Amino acid sequence: MTTTNEPLLSVQGLEKHFPVTKGLFKRQVGAVKAVDGISFDVFKGETLGLVGESGCGKSTTGRLVTRLLEPTAGKVVFEGRDITHMRQGKLRPLRRDMQMIFQDPFSSLNPRHTVGTIVGAPYRIQGVQTENGIKRAVQDILELVGLNPEHYNRYPHEFSGGQRQRIGIARTLALKPKLIIADEPVSALDVSIQAQVVNLLEDLQNELDLTYVVIAHDLSVVRHISDRVAVMYLGKIVEIADRKSLYRVPMHPYTNALLSAVPIPDPKARAKSDRIRLTGDVPSPLNPPPACRFHTRCWKAQDICKTVEPPLEELASGHQVACHFPENAPEAATKTAATTP
Amino acid sequence: MTAPLDVPGSAIEAGPETVLEGADSSVIRGRSLGQIAWMRLKRDKIAMIGGIVIVVLILVAIFAPLLVSWLGHPPAEWHREKIDPAIQAPLGTFGGISKDFLFGVEPTTGRDLFSRVLYGARISLLIAFFATLLCVVLGAVFGMIAGFFGGWVDTVISRLMDIFLAFPLLVFALALGGVIPDKAFGMSGDTLRISLLVFIIGFFNWPYIGRIIRGQTLSLREREFVDASRSLGARNHVILFKEILPNLLAPILVYSTLLIPSNILFEAALSFLGVGVRPPTPTWGGMLAEAVHNYDVAPNFMLFPGLAIFVTVLAFNLLGDGLRDAFDPKAR
Repeated sequence: MTTTNEPLLSVQGLEKHFPVTKGLFKRQVGAVKAVDGISFDVFKGETLGLVGESGCGKSTTGRLVTRLLEPTAGKVVFEGRDITHMRQGKLRPLRRDMQMIFQDPFSSLNPRHTVGTIVGAPYRIQGVQTENGIKRAVQDILELVGLNPEHYNRYPHEFSGGQRQRIGIARTLALKPKLIIADEPVSALDVSIQAQVVNLLEDLQNELDLTYVVIAHDLSVVRHISDRVAVMYLGKIVEIADRKSLYRVPMHPYTNALLSAVPIPDPKARAKSDRIRLTGDVPSPLNPPPACRFHTRCWKAQDICKTVEPPLEELASGHQVACHFPENAPEAATKTAATTP
Repeated sequence: MTAPLDVPGSAIEAGPETVLEGADSSVIRGRSLGQIAWMRLKRDKIAMIGGIVIVVLILVAIFAPLLVSWLGHPPAEWHREKIDPAIQAPLGTFGGISKDFLFGVEPTTGRDLFSRVLYGARISLLIAFFATLLCVVLGAVFGMIAGFFGGWVDTVISRLMDIFLAFPLLVFALALGGVIPDKAFGMSGDTLRISLLVFIIGFFNWPYIGRIIRGQTLSLREREFVDASRSLGARNHVILFKEILPNLLAPILVYSTLLIPSNILFEAALSFLGVGVRPPTPTWGGMLAEAVHNYDVAPNFMLFPGLAIFVTVLAFNLLGDGLRDAFDPKAR
């Protein structure tokens, strides 16, 4: 991991509120707080995993960073430039360096275009000249992602899900971006194909010196690919740490619950593990709980959790947690067994 | 259609499909959705019959003068000798059908019904095609804009469509047909009447197709390939024309094929009511209107124009249904 002091992407207090309107005159009666003040940095060459339940705002975050959605508040800084409210025209050249992989390989490829047109679109849209013509460049990229370059003239419906996702990745790579936001890159694929695509992403990272933000709900995928992991709950980041310490000593109760829900393939080990069952549903982002958003489902919640919002604090080096009563905290490290219910 | 399995490593050297396609094609070409639809359409016998009938009808309309000079008499030529002067009805069996007059003759005037039906096809098809073209262009443009941009643009266009659909079109057409003088807008005679009909039918029927296009655009806009294109930096017009429009061609084709027969019927209705193209230019609807007065003595006068309308409308509807099935991946 080659981290420099200057982050490639820096997100500060990012918010996205979708207005809820009512009546003929579109009076605003409320807002869905999909993303409600999140901050994180992504350094060159690393992979940041963004995990959380569905509806917690992961995908919205991805779309805000790539400016497919307009942020309500906060800042997105890419390569030292503030792109939060940059006009689309000025943003266009910067888009070369920041690309997105989409979740659904059946919806992210235009069914009316050939593979050649789809993967060649970045060159045409950005007006990039290639040495030996667009066709040659496209075929090189197809080969790079493990597809037959002769499939240039085929249509997306003639491919399997995994191959289609490779086509999507090829399109993403066409302009040699620095940062790739992967929005659930493998969740629509079969498990056997997931591994192939995840490995492909890793190989490409080594080969092309890419930086990833991987959005996923699958903890094992994130564990496999990420250097650092951020856990989101209801539009906020509750814990952010490097992979090892997050998976080994999770501090936020929510992270603990998430990790305990990962299926264990060994029945003997499964019997010994005590799974934390969260009660109730995720509260509505229309009207999220005050202060700590997890207090409605947290077994450790006390009065302070309902009144004072816990700040995201660094409890160990590179390990930030937003909780009043963190588990596995360094000073309480000796009595970890007692704190686990 | 089976997608070739992805075998990592070996896929680059020789995918299974390269073996399947054999040595005759060195370049692998995929089949587009349009080509697949065409293959399906070719298997649909009823739709193909409809298509063949339409092609024949169009050829007949184009070569009407040739066919008439060969098999009939000029459409405006009177043949009083074929008329019984006592009752003004055609002489001979079933309206005077003979080798010279294939469909018999008109009562009173004795004009050749065969050539009048053939020439009527020109007017009907011409008006129906251009009216449909106007509908499709207006409907596609406004539908795409409304669906793609949403917001107040969508509200304005959608309400505009509601107003057009609520418009008493037939009453308006009758009134306009009566008001417009013989010379207007630099045109006169048949040209003016044809342009007027194209305008009335096209301008007031576009919301039907506009709503369909709006709905389709609305759903296409949310597809991820639009986001992908936008995240590459594509401008709105590029997304509209390069990403969304190609996906709209199928519904546009299907609904224009289904719109043509309804426009033929509308033109016939207007001609029947006397606001269409003026006599002596033959139209199917106009002939039917005259035939009403003497169907008992000259049943051929009502039968042949009616049959022409029926066959044309049926052929277009059959083809349109076939096209819809061919383009719909769910209906195999």
